[in-house]
Amino acid sequence: MHQVSAALAAFLASFVEFVEALTIVLAVGAVRGWRPAMVGTVAGIALLIVLVAILGPLLALIPIDAVRLAVGGLLLLFGMRWLRKAILRAAGHIALHDEAAAFARETAQLRSAGASAVAHDWPAAATAFQAVVLEGVEVVFIVIGVGAASNLLLPASIGAGMAGSIVVVLGVLLHRPLARIPENALKFVVGIMISAFGIFWLGEGMGFSWPGDDFSLPLLAIVLLAFSLAAIPMLRRPGASAR
Amino acid sequence: MNAVLGILREVLHLFVDDGSLAVALILWSAAAFWLLPALPVNTGWDAVVLLLGYLAILGENLRRSTRRV
Repeated sequence: MHQVSAALAAFLASFVEFVEALTIVLAVGAVRGWRPAMVGTVAGIALLIVLVAILGPLLALIPIDAVRLAVGGLLLLFGMRWLRKAILRAAGHIALHDEAAAFARETAQLRSAGASAVAHDWPAAATAFQAVVLEGVEVVFIVIGVGAASNLLLPASIGAGMAGSIVVVLGVLLHRPLARIPENALKFVVGIMISAFGIFWLGEGMGFSWPGDDFSLPLLAIVLLAFSLAAIPMLRRPGASAR
Repeated sequence: MNAVLGILREVLHLFVDDGSLAVALILWSAAAFWLLPALPVNTGWDAVVLLLGYLAILGENLRRSTRRV
């Protein structure tokens, strides 16, 4: 039960992050060339691998209840932040995230910076590097957060790996941002799943027992979903359409 | 240096968007951890009370946010 939930949560959350990183890398490639885009991307991935190689063994040294408390707390903050934004977006109070607009904004910025006169376009590579590291740190956190508290690192890693592979293949094939992905709906689902994991691990770390034990995790997700779906119409701004 | 600070700021931003929400969630977690075991709450219900607290905090934050957005 938890293995499927962990893989699915990591897949969906990582998919959103990879899509956002892809948008920036594509913008760098389209405006400044594919060489700096690839240099920045590969350097970013290398840094993330080092991060995982350092953090992974460290986690094994910490008592499991402490890991559950710490990871649960961070997942709760992370998930509730996404869920809050998703509800406010669905209720029409803040603008929807738009990958096409983000791509246009990034390409305009890169163009205004002008073409690099030197052989290595380090500013462009740095832009791709920063995007890959920032979005990648979120992926690393999600995989570790969802997986570390209950030996679920493998299914979480597989979920994130599948998401990364799909986004890379789509990016190579399409060469444009994945604007048709229902990113806000994905963030809504991810916010619910990550919050459910966070609340579950926090409760476990505090020594509380959940009714239904392992089955309480999907139940938590259902309660959060019902709460959110009930909140949206109550909070909807007059004139805002249903999304 | 600016890039490193920028990355650190972004990492903090992963967890904290609305500061009042983050503070309320942390305070409720700490209060539940210390107080719920001392209350005459049946085993199994302490976790439910923990969840209800989080839902109340999210609901209140959303209500305030829609007023100020």
